[in-house]
Amino acid sequence: MNSIATNFDAIKIDDTHDHAHEHHDSGGNTVFGFWLYLMTDCLLFASFFATYAVLFMNTAGGVSGKEIFELDFVAVETAALLLSSITFGFAMITAHAKKKSLTLLWLVVTFALGAVFIGMEVYEFHHLIEHGNGPQRSAFLTSFFSLVGLHGLHVTAGLIWMTVMMLEVSRRGLTSQTTTRLNCLSLFWHFLDVVWICVFTVVYLMGAM
Amino acid sequence: MSLLGKLTLDAIPFHEPILVGTFIAVVLAGLVVAGLITKYKKWGVIWNDWITSIDHKRLGVMYIIVALIMLLRGFSDAIMMRTQLAAATNGAAGYLPPEHYDQIFTAHGVIMIIFMAMPFMIGLMNIVLPLQIGARDVAFPFLNNLSFWLTAGGAILINVSLFVGEFAKTGWVAYPPLSELAYSPGVGVDYYIWALQISGLGTLLTGVNFLVTVFKMRAPGMTLMKMPIFTWTCTWANILIAASFPILTAVLAMLTLDRYLGFHFFTNAAGGNAMMYINLFWAWGHPEVYILILPAFGIFSEVVSTFAGKRLFGYKSMVYASGAISILGFIVWLHHFFTMGSSANVNAFFGVMTMVIAVPTGVKLFNWLFTIYRGRLRISTPILWTLGFMVTFTIGGMTGVLLAIPGADYVLHNSLFLIAHFHNTIIGGAVFGYLAGFVFWFPKAMGFKLDERWGKASFWCWLIGFIFAFVPLYVLGFLGMTRRLNHTDNPDWNIWLYIACGGAVIIMFGILSQLIQLFVSFKNRKALADTTGDPWNGHTLEWSTASPPQYYNFAKIPQVRDIDTWTDFKEQGKAYQTEQSYSPIHMPKNTPTGVLMGMSLTLFCFAMIWHIWWLAGLGFIAAITFFIKRCYCNDVDYYVQPDEITAIEQAHINQARAAQEASA
Repeated sequence: MNSIATNFDAIKIDDTHDHAHEHHDSGGNTVFGFWLYLMTDCLLFASFFATYAVLFMNTAGGVSGKEIFELDFVAVETAALLLSSITFGFAMITAHAKKKSLTLLWLVVTFALGAVFIGMEVYEFHHLIEHGNGPQRSAFLTSFFSLVGLHGLHVTAGLIWMTVMMLEVSRRGLTSQTTTRLNCLSLFWHFLDVVWICVFTVVYLMGAM
Repeated sequence: MSLLGKLTLDAIPFHEPILVGTFIAVVLAGLVVAGLITKYKKWGVIWNDWITSIDHKRLGVMYIIVALIMLLRGFSDAIMMRTQLAAATNGAAGYLPPEHYDQIFTAHGVIMIIFMAMPFMIGLMNIVLPLQIGARDVAFPFLNNLSFWLTAGGAILINVSLFVGEFAKTGWVAYPPLSELAYSPGVGVDYYIWALQISGLGTLLTGVNFLVTVFKMRAPGMTLMKMPIFTWTCTWANILIAASFPILTAVLAMLTLDRYLGFHFFTNAAGGNAMMYINLFWAWGHPEVYILILPAFGIFSEVVSTFAGKRLFGYKSMVYASGAISILGFIVWLHHFFTMGSSANVNAFFGVMTMVIAVPTGVKLFNWLFTIYRGRLRISTPILWTLGFMVTFTIGGMTGVLLAIPGADYVLHNSLFLIAHFHNTIIGGAVFGYLAGFVFWFPKAMGFKLDERWGKASFWCWLIGFIFAFVPLYVLGFLGMTRRLNHTDNPDWNIWLYIACGGAVIIMFGILSQLIQLFVSFKNRKALADTTGDPWNGHTLEWSTASPPQYYNFAKIPQVRDIDTWTDFKEQGKAYQTEQSYSPIHMPKNTPTGVLMGMSLTLFCFAMIWHIWWLAGLGFIAAITFFIKRCYCNDVDYYVQPDEITAIEQAHINQARAAQEASA
């Protein structure tokens, strides 16, 4: 019972001590818990993907993906979101280096790119609905709007969260609690990026083929 | 568009004497309780020490209170159905009109599974699991409180539906197209959707919370394969929760979009596919029954090894068997609808997978038998429930294997044979398990034991009542009676319907005995007090604490080297020891944020049900605001000082030693 084993135990005791409550923990539990939550979120998306896979051919005499997807438009949208993942990465690097104003700057850039993505998505949805291709038209459009919309809802929630975090960083600075929260948001943001790659592939690329 | 959406005075069912009577009874009971609380000046205690508490033990107690209340509600539904069917034979109409009867069987299913069994299981897990792994609380105590209030919110919604509007008439599975707006235009299905959605969110958060707790907060030395078996089975159940509840969230959201915004996921028109709902529902629904049963298996394991005075036989095989059941539980969902158009090969695959589950379950049964073998079994109430379970669950398992044969299922699908089967496993398995756990851990949570005589009376009423209530349903299934019938006209069925009704009455006496047991035990709580903290000569760490446990659980985190840590401590003479000095313990403060968020979201759901959009917006924004406010509150924790810890620990040790000397 010494060397490695004891060290391991010591770490654990500290752990238990630390997160007697979530706000003062070193962040390990919070990040792990949040990661677990993201896995459940992943299953939520999986359910919508499965439903899309079952329903996408049921166009009920209406348009199919091939007719409505504009890949150039979606490519720009995708680029905005992927770039925002990189800029969030920069925000995290600067946050770990305790550079407050640079962190804020990168968060603002990330926010702007996210807003571009959401703006373009809203435009796309609006455009489709205007032309009578709303989600009520067919099961295909129902599943399309729901899957893409679910992702958009997540990104919107991420933007609201990012706003709150920017206020927190500017007022409280990069305390360990704030950094933990930024870590969670960063996981969330990258996760949404990964989901979007699947949406882009399964819905848009395969749909336009 | 009216300010109150679809809500008008017509929503109150004045014309239903049963409902009006129930409403008056509920109001009177509520007034009596409120009056008593006022008389004894307990409002402050209830708010400060319970409602806002983030202590896992208190939350566990509150979960179980919800479960017991909902057991009474769900059982009222059950006995109404049985009496209706006993009265409505030979073409008679009975006393429950179809539109009311349909709501009753739907509510019975939803309540018993989501609001009785789940809170009961989560309550026991809350009380016991952190103690078993030597932790001071769960990973996220505030989240735990929020989870409880989300579950409670769902329970509130389903009970409000009794008096404001209606409940779903679709059966507890709410299959479309019946549950679509075209065929269920009322608010019943909306109550169903939102009650399940909000409580499902609570359950999901609980699952994540306890997974982090188990993976990150075990006492030093407690490797995964040294975790107590109840903790292990709960962990498997939590993995299932995390993996299956998102599917429920998704499928309910889709049904919501269909009903609220005219989407076409499951409609008949515009290419919707109702089978997608049925698949997704059971992709959650089947793991859900293992979420219910696995912790019960853990309880039986703890009870058997404690009362046989032996180590659990085959600990490792128990862990692996639970894991096998969890994984297999995800690849059998299609057996709920063999008759709905899959090819023979698909049906065969799911049939075989279903039968395979009998193997790990059989392993468990033999492990329990071998644990008893050559032990000195103390016949107490928890062990009676366990023995009763071994018999009833084996029968339920065998009828399950029978139903797993697609050919047989074509004959028995949706017949009362199926109803008998799943009650056999859920009552004879899960509920007996929770009731065993209830008696077993009651002294730990409340500080006094439950009366044995009334406990045994309750067990025998439940067991005998259960046999009389459900064996006739197997027969009726073979005679061709299908489920959800409002009245019958077949003389051959009558006698069995009468017997089943008699069985339900016997179960009622079992529940009454439990209520009397609680009352009698409370009255004799001084004589029944558990001063040692270890009333059954237990094996695991929860018995090393006082009863009820110190609010910080452990003054010093124990060092573990055996599965049966507490037995190990007792053998080594390390039990009941105090330390020279204690270090301060960091503790979270209670917070009203959980209840405020939970109730705001309940209000949001209620407003969504009745299409009161402004109120829905208000409720949702309020919930988010409370949450953000909580995130920026700094006054969230404090330290327990060593003097206080020393005093509490010394008092516990003195009491325990005095009790030991008195018994020696």
